[in-house]
Amino acid sequence: MRLRVLEDGHGFATKALFALIRTASRQPVLDIIKLAKYRPDFYGDPMSKVTQEAMRGPSAWSVGDRELMAASIAKTNECEFCTKAHTAVAQGAYGDGKKVSAALSDLLSDHAAEVVGEPLRATLLMLGKLTREHTVTEEEMRAVLAAGASRQQIEDALAVCFSFNVIGRLADAFGFSVPGPEALEAGAKYLLARGYR
Amino acid sequence: MPDIREARAALTRRILDGEGKASPSERRAAFHDSGLGEPLEALVDKVARHANRVTDEDIAAARASGLSEDEVFEIVVCAAVGQAARQYDAALSALEAAAAGRG
Repeated sequence: MRLRVLEDGHGFATKALFALIRTASRQPVLDIIKLAKYRPDFYGDPMSKVTQEAMRGPSAWSVGDRELMAASIAKTNECEFCTKAHTAVAQGAYGDGKKVSAALSDLLSDHAAEVVGEPLRATLLMLGKLTREHTVTEEEMRAVLAAGASRQQIEDALAVCFSFNVIGRLADAFGFSVPGPEALEAGAKYLLARGYR
Repeated sequence: MPDIREARAALTRRILDGEGKASPSERRAAFHDSGLGEPLEALVDKVARHANRVTDEDIAAARASGLSEDEVFEIVVCAAVGQAARQYDAALSALEAAAAGRG
């Protein structure tokens, strides 16, 4: 990571917790955890509340759908850490990778239309546009409503989009290292079991 | 989801108005991606527009301008949250207009 304080500026109790995580999981502590636990009252704690609510709070979208949105937003931002992490969580949440790989390869294909289905596909397309160009038009929003997404579902998707446009930027700006497959798998299991708290 | 609006507002209040090492005006400028001098402006602008192009040199330049690591940490967080908030607000306005148009 590009800031030393994020690597090892944590207090004694947090360092002890990291040692415990390393021992229990037999994996290095992910950079996302190190960021969230550094001066947590500034960013980590208030951000965790936002992300937990967006990803695990009440919503008509399933956890798998929301994790897929996260992976798709990360892919649009070309954030390797977040794309790999949330692809793994989405696959775990859905129980298989078919929808995830169809959505992340080409949303405009007939295959994706069939496998991903509406209104998720239209929602993912809108989130991609918003993430890439930082805005969407009224007309583009109408298309998502017409595809069957409720107004609340769109707001819920925008909440996911907010969280992952923050996290992806921080992952890239601070230079998170991309974990190996075993650490990714352990992280995905943790997020499915415990959420973002 | 009223809870999430509250949670997002709390996050913004904390990073902009709460205690920090960077000055509130610097944090606010980073959040709004405007009104910063170089080299911070270049860093904040990259975080907002294409964070995957941030380099070691961008962070080193911000440090060399006299900022501590804690100040850089806060400013980058403010830049990221600010950009995501602008996206969210723009999309919500579009949604409100689209929903109103449908009647």
